[in-house]
Amino acid sequence: MFTSKTARGTLPTRKRAAAFTAGAAITALLLSGCVQSQREEDGGAGGEGEVDSTFVFAASSDPASLDPAFASDGESFRVSRQIFEGLVGVEPGTADPAPLLAESWETSEDGLSTTFQLKEGVTFHDGTDFNAEAVCFNFDRWYNFTGLAQAPSVSYYYNNLFRGFADSPEAAVYESCEVNGDLEATVTLAKPFAGFVPALSLPAFSMQSPTALEEFNADDIGGSSEAPQLSEYAQGNPVGTGPFKFDSWNVGEDLTISAYEEYWGEQGDVQQVIFRIIDDPQARTQALQAGTIDGFDLVSPADIPVLEEEGFMIVPRDPFTILYLGINHAVEELSDPLVRQAIHHAIDKQALIDQTLPEGTQLATQFIPDVVDGYNEDVTTYEYDPERAKELLAEAGYPDGFEVEFNYPTDVSRPYMPTPEQVFTNISAQLEEVGITVTPAPDVWTPDYLDRIQGTEDHGIHLLGWTGDYNDTDNFIGVFFGQEKMEFGFDNPELFEALSEARGMTDREEQTAMYEEINQQIAEFNPAIPLAHPAPSLAFAPRVDSYPASPVNDEVFNMIELNE
Amino acid sequence: MLRVIGKRLALLIPTLFGLSVLLFLWVRSLPGGPATALLGERATPEAVARVNELYGFDQPLLLQYFTYMGKLLQGDFGTSIITGRPVLQEFATRFPATIELSVVALIFAIGIGIPLGYLAARHYGKVVDHGSVVLSLIGITIPVFFLAFILKYLFAIQWPILPPDGRQNPRINATHFTDFYVLDGILTGEYDAAWDAFQHLILPGLALGTIPLAIIVRITRASVLEVQNADYVRTARAKGLMEKTIRSRFILRNAMLPVVTTIGLQTGLLISGAVLTETVFAFNGIGSFLRDAIFELDYPVLQGFIIFIAILYALINLIVDISYTIIDPRVRVQ
Repeated sequence: MFTSKTARGTLPTRKRAAAFTAGAAITALLLSGCVQSQREEDGGAGGEGEVDSTFVFAASSDPASLDPAFASDGESFRVSRQIFEGLVGVEPGTADPAPLLAESWETSEDGLSTTFQLKEGVTFHDGTDFNAEAVCFNFDRWYNFTGLAQAPSVSYYYNNLFRGFADSPEAAVYESCEVNGDLEATVTLAKPFAGFVPALSLPAFSMQSPTALEEFNADDIGGSSEAPQLSEYAQGNPVGTGPFKFDSWNVGEDLTISAYEEYWGEQGDVQQVIFRIIDDPQARTQALQAGTIDGFDLVSPADIPVLEEEGFMIVPRDPFTILYLGINHAVEELSDPLVRQAIHHAIDKQALIDQTLPEGTQLATQFIPDVVDGYNEDVTTYEYDPERAKELLAEAGYPDGFEVEFNYPTDVSRPYMPTPEQVFTNISAQLEEVGITVTPAPDVWTPDYLDRIQGTEDHGIHLLGWTGDYNDTDNFIGVFFGQEKMEFGFDNPELFEALSEARGMTDREEQTAMYEEINQQIAEFNPAIPLAHPAPSLAFAPRVDSYPASPVNDEVFNMIELNE
Repeated sequence: MLRVIGKRLALLIPTLFGLSVLLFLWVRSLPGGPATALLGERATPEAVARVNELYGFDQPLLLQYFTYMGKLLQGDFGTSIITGRPVLQEFATRFPATIELSVVALIFAIGIGIPLGYLAARHYGKVVDHGSVVLSLIGITIPVFFLAFILKYLFAIQWPILPPDGRQNPRINATHFTDFYVLDGILTGEYDAAWDAFQHLILPGLALGTIPLAIIVRITRASVLEVQNADYVRTARAKGLMEKTIRSRFILRNAMLPVVTTIGLQTGLLISGAVLTETVFAFNGIGSFLRDAIFELDYPVLQGFIIFIAILYALINLIVDISYTIIDPRVRVQ
């Protein structure tokens, strides 16, 4: 052994040294090459005062479908809003309906038929004219969905708002669409639906090119037995009238759209948008810091001060959300109104907001944000008063408090609840103060948590919420309290009936008054505790001057202003 | 030789069949179901029931199984519930990414691991040896996602010399036809695209390659230590063979057998490492896709994926066995 060691001699050592030196030199070269190319990229983007017209936005996932009629997720709609337009748009910065492809509309007295006057000179990206025929084609298309296209997971909004299809006309809200001339169409409903016009501002009801829908078999979503398969149209041929037309979709990586030259409206600074798919929230923040993206949505509250300090722009949206503490009335203690009142008085909502929710979050007194019709300024409130809470508990027969299971989700960040664990910790501490002992019951968001809350009776108090889709009160309180649900476990026929009646009203003013009453009714019944209306925020690179933030996410990128 | 390969492949059939039954039952016994995942907060009991009915999840399990197998035998892995695309198509677009990443990780792990392990053994008890042992210990114990995060923070954000995420800069607008981006760039002559794609592979490749690297160092070191004291090495030296010959033909070659086995095993394990690495680097491979499929209970994807991985493992094992016969003539004789 010893001999062999010395026998190795010195030459190989020198060779090795040479090899190491060469290796080090190559590594250094490679790295300097990287630095060089990075510099070139940076330099190239700036260019002599010209604005770089490509805007890179990080999406949290691929769109579920490029056909908005078959989508209900935020990322699909973010892309649809660039490519498509509906008859009805949204007043910038609000949740109120505004003219878009329809310049005006008039609803008959019985509330059943609405006549739309259409904008002139609008063409789809494939050259097809936008006219009354195209409008009726789209309405009839939705009504005539069959098979899997009728699944609530596929055509969610049509299902939810128009209720029935051509093969189940008894349930259907829609009846027919009539072409009165090139630029006038009348849509007739079978049942009154006061939310009809505002609902049309949803991307799901965008106007799509009849030519392209037919050519690329948009309704052909047969697929295999287990799941609907995206049509050729929904995978790569969406055609609308919006400011951007579809270019390419590299599934899982990026989706590119570019300015439509014949667009009837304003063309802005942005000529090309690349949506990069980055599903990890942390990775999105880092991508912005590294300069590979220009902006992203749903900034985590903890990152906001850091990003602001580094010179990034934070844009909060006006809240259109609700975070509530759900209460399961099937649990004996919780079915007692006194106990529910005690819980309400035990919670310091302002402290919760200051400590766990993003800036711009508003305190909730009811289950709708103040921009939604039917918001009641004078609703019964339950001020933070731990002493009163203890008294109420004693009055209810629990002078020493009681024990309750507290369900909350993990591994999830929702627009109305960026950090569920923190909200849970905060509320738990407050409840313990008044003597309510909390048993933590964390579950993974999907499917465990949602399944347990919505599909079983096995839960106590829980955290959940909602992000509104458009200015529709029923879209908030109707969803929560419109029927008996396992989530809340109560049966309140009076409330169910009132909500059902309000939904069917044709006069918007009367309806608003009724919703104000219902909000008071809910506040008195106190079925669950509205906590806050959290404001989701976006973050942008310094080269972005302004971004058209909208409470209902109606954000079209031709309105973005860039400075370099 | 061919007979051995044939036999191996034939054995794969019952294995896959058994696996398919187990998988089918396991995936369906998970709590909840895809309907809840699909509908989110909007999962009212009626909506869930309607989805289950339309998608066929309310059918008896046996019937679901036969439908599934019938399609599978025709090469149809079904459609992803979440993305609405055929499972095979999803794999086809993502697998090249993971292969590219794994190749870089393996080149890194083998290219450094074997020489380092060898050097450590030759300088047993010296600084190089201690250094490599400590380094490999760190390599094994440090969690992949943590390392990935640190690498990214240092080399993409603090000193931005490498891209932080993705497979390629989307502004390049490169042509893709094999979906191996580096290869695509070279084949189409878009060298800037190939270089860009390669740069995107460096950080995740290093992160993913660290554990295999550490393991390869240890195994190589141990194996060389054992072999270099073997009788036949002493005999070779006594015969006066050149040191170079002794090292390459006697020590290294014999020491490589356990190392090859390890590399085979590690290649399979790279997939699980890829789940974490790909998430941190927003790298669109099979790993990040699988993570989503698990969270959203995408049955067809989970089933297809696991069958796919089983085939992959079997193939890797086969390659390892074949490489034995090349390295070690004794195996050939048996």
